[in-house]
Amino acid sequence: MKIPCLPLLLTFFVCIDAHADWFGFRGNNGNGAFDECTPYEISLEGKSSWSEKLPGRGLSSPIVVGDLVFVSACSGSNQENLHLLAFNSNDGNLEWERIYKATGRTICHSKTCVAASTLASDGKVILAQFSSNDVFCLDLSGNLRWLRGLTFDYPNAANGLGMSSSPVIAQGMAIIQVENDAYSFTAGLNLRNGTTVWKKNRPRAANWTSPIVINQGGREVVVLQSKDGISAIEPNSGEQIWSFDEGASTIPSSAWSGKDILVVPSNGLTALRINQNGIRPETLWKDNKLKPGTPSPSIIDDKTYVINNANVLTCASLENGEILWRLRLKGPLSGSPVMSEKHLFVFSETGLGQIVRLGDSTGEVIRTIELDDTILCTPALTREGVFIRSDKKLWKLGP
Amino acid sequence: MRSNSFLFSFIAYHVLCFPFLASEKEVIDAFTSIGREGNGNERAADAIRLAGKLNVSSIQPLLESMNEANPVGDNWIRAAIGKILEGIQGKDFPSDMISGFLREKQNSGSSRKTAFELLMDHRPKKAKLFIEGFIDDPEPSLRRIAVDQILEKAYDAKEKEVAFSLFERVLEKGRDASQIKEAQQALQKAGRRVDLIKIMGFLVDWNMIGPFDNTGRQGFYKMYPPETKDNLTAWQTGKMGKVSWNQYSTSDPFGLFDINEHYGEIKEVLAYLKTDFYSAFDRKAHFRIGSKNAWKIWVNGDLLFARDEYHRGKTRIDQFIVEGELQEGKNEILLKVCQNEQTQSWTRPWEFCLRVTDPTGAPIHSFAQ
Repeated sequence: MKIPCLPLLLTFFVCIDAHADWFGFRGNNGNGAFDECTPYEISLEGKSSWSEKLPGRGLSSPIVVGDLVFVSACSGSNQENLHLLAFNSNDGNLEWERIYKATGRTICHSKTCVAASTLASDGKVILAQFSSNDVFCLDLSGNLRWLRGLTFDYPNAANGLGMSSSPVIAQGMAIIQVENDAYSFTAGLNLRNGTTVWKKNRPRAANWTSPIVINQGGREVVVLQSKDGISAIEPNSGEQIWSFDEGASTIPSSAWSGKDILVVPSNGLTALRINQNGIRPETLWKDNKLKPGTPSPSIIDDKTYVINNANVLTCASLENGEILWRLRLKGPLSGSPVMSEKHLFVFSETGLGQIVRLGDSTGEVIRTIELDDTILCTPALTREGVFIRSDKKLWKLGP
Repeated sequence: MRSNSFLFSFIAYHVLCFPFLASEKEVIDAFTSIGREGNGNERAADAIRLAGKLNVSSIQPLLESMNEANPVGDNWIRAAIGKILEGIQGKDFPSDMISGFLREKQNSGSSRKTAFELLMDHRPKKAKLFIEGFIDDPEPSLRRIAVDQILEKAYDAKEKEVAFSLFERVLEKGRDASQIKEAQQALQKAGRRVDLIKIMGFLVDWNMIGPFDNTGRQGFYKMYPPETKDNLTAWQTGKMGKVSWNQYSTSDPFGLFDINEHYGEIKEVLAYLKTDFYSAFDRKAHFRIGSKNAWKIWVNGDLLFARDEYHRGKTRIDQFIVEGELQEGKNEILLKVCQNEQTQSWTRPWEFCLRVTDPTGAPIHSFAQ
C-alpha cells in the first residue's frame, strides 16, 4: 500500500519546490526577503522576460502563486472600475480578468489611486482590497468566493487622500485594516464567505501601513501598526495580545525577521525581540538615524535595510542596530526594497530598477534597468525572475 | 396518447427545469438580499457557486434584479453574469435582449450601465450605436460617455464657432463636474464668459454665524445654539466674543465660500451657515459638498451626514454626494464647517462649496434665487 503513494508524495514535494510563491506585500514574511535564489542578471531582453499592458493604474504590487501572477488595477473617469488580473508567469498570457465596481469613495491624491493595496494569498485563494474599501476573495481560477463593500457598510470609512493598507491572511481569517481620521477599524472576515467574525475600533488617524503576520509561540499573530504604535492581535478574535505604545509611522510598515525580531518604524527604527511566551516584547535597540522614508524596512539574514527620504540605503545589524554601510540610490523611491540571498532589488518612481550587491561592509549597484514608466510599487521575486508593475504595464524581468 | 404525451412533457419540463429555475431564484434572492455589514454574505457565497449552473436565459432576470439590489449586490450579480458568459460561445451572446434592456430607461442606472458594458465587451460596434442617444440619459455614467464624444468633436472641429457651440452643448448636457470644467476652460480661453454658478447650481448666498470654539477638534461634536435652535440672544458668545447671523455671498466661479475671508485666518474654530432653498415640489435631491474641513449638513433639521476629517486632500466639487429630500416650498439647509489646529500652509483653507442636484446630477435651482 505504501509503494503507490511514493510517486504521489514525490510529485507533491516537487510541485511545492517549483512554485516558490510570493504571497503578499513584501513577500511571504512581510519583510521583503525571498527564501530562494532570484537571478540578478535580469534585463528587458532576457529570454524569459515579458511585459503586458495593464487596463489601468495601480500602486499594488504583483503577487505570485504557482504559475500565476496576480495584480489589481483601476480604470474609469472616477477610478470606479476595479480590475483583478491573472497572468501566466511564464509567458505573460492573460489567464483571466474580473472587473467589479467601486462601492466606496474613489477620490484620491493624484499620486496614488484606488488600486493601491497589494493582494494576499494563502495558495488557494486571492484576497484583494481597494482604496474604496471594496474587498474581494476569488479562487485561483478567478471564481468569486465572496465580496464586501466596507465603505458601503460604514460610509465614513474613507481617507480623502486614499487608502493603501494591504490585507493579510492568518489562521483562515482575512484581516482587513481600514484606518483613517473619520472612522477607523480593523476587521477579521471569514475567509470562506466574507462574514464579519470580529471588528475592532482602531486609532482614528490616517494610516497607510499594512498589517504583517508573525509567528509567536508557534501560532500566527497579526501585527497592526498605527500612529500609537503596535498592537499584536489574535487573528481569530482581534483580541490584543500585547502592544508597543511608543508611536509608529503611518506610512512605512514594520518588518518581521521570520524568527524573533520585529523592526518597527518608530523613534527612527526600533527593533523588538518577540517573546515566544506571548508577553510584551523587549526593545533591543532604537536609532533615529535609521528612520525610513516612504519605503518600508526589509530584513534578510541578520541585517535590516532601510531607505530614507534622501534615497540613502542603509544596512544595519539586526541584533544591535549598528550601521554597517550606506549607499545612495537614485530616487525618488516609493516602492520598498526586496532581497534574495545577496542581492537587493528596488525600483524608483521614474522606473529605474537598481540591483544592489549586498556585502558585509559595502553595498554596490551592479545593474540598472530602465523601464521608463512610473513605478510606485514593490517588486515580487521568484526563482525565475522579478515581477514589477508600472502605471501602464506588468513586467517580468528574467535572465 | 395525447394526454400521456402532454403529461410526459409536463413532468420532463419540471424535472429538467426545476433545478435550474430554483438555482436562478436562489441566486437572485441571495444577491438582492445582501445587506450592510456582511448580512446575507453566507447565503450569497453559496449562491455564487450556483451561478455556473445557470444559462444565458438567466442574464435578463439577473440584470433586472439589479433594479432591486444595492451596489454591493450589483457586484455579486456582475460576477454571476460573468460566470454565465464564460460558459457560452460568442455567437450565443444575447445581444438583442441586452440591447432591449438598455433601451428601457425605467431600469436602474447600474443595470443599464452593466448592459452597455456587456455590449461593449461582446458587440462593440452595436454598443457604440447607443452612445449618441445617451446625451439625455438619466444615468450619469452613460450620459458622460455621450458628453465625452461631444468634447472630442469640439477639439477636432476646424471652425471655432462649431467648437464653441459643441463646448456650449457640453455645458448644457454635462452632469459630470470635470467635463463641465473642461468645456468652461476651453470657452474661457477663447474669451467667452461662462456662468458656472448658474449652470452647476452652486449655492452662493449664506447666512453665517461664528466663529465658535473647536479647540481639540471637540467643537465638531458640541451642539452650539444653531444646532439646538436655542434662542441666540440668550447665548451670544463665540470664541472671539459676541456672534450673530450675517449675510455673505461668494462670487467664486465654482461657488467656493472662503470663511477665512470673513473671520480672518484663525484656527480651532467653526462656523454655521444656513440658507433657505425653495423647491417647487417634494423630491429626492443630492446635496453635493466639497470641503477639506470637517463638516455636517442638516436639511430641515435632519442631520444627513457628518464628516470629521481635516485637510486630507483639497476641496473638490462634488467631493461628497449626500442623498436627501426637498419638500415643497421652503427648506432650510444648515452647514457646520470646522477648522482644526494644524499650522502648515496647506491647512490654511476653511472653505466649502455646495450645490443641490437631482439624482441624475442636474442642478436644482431654488426658485426664490
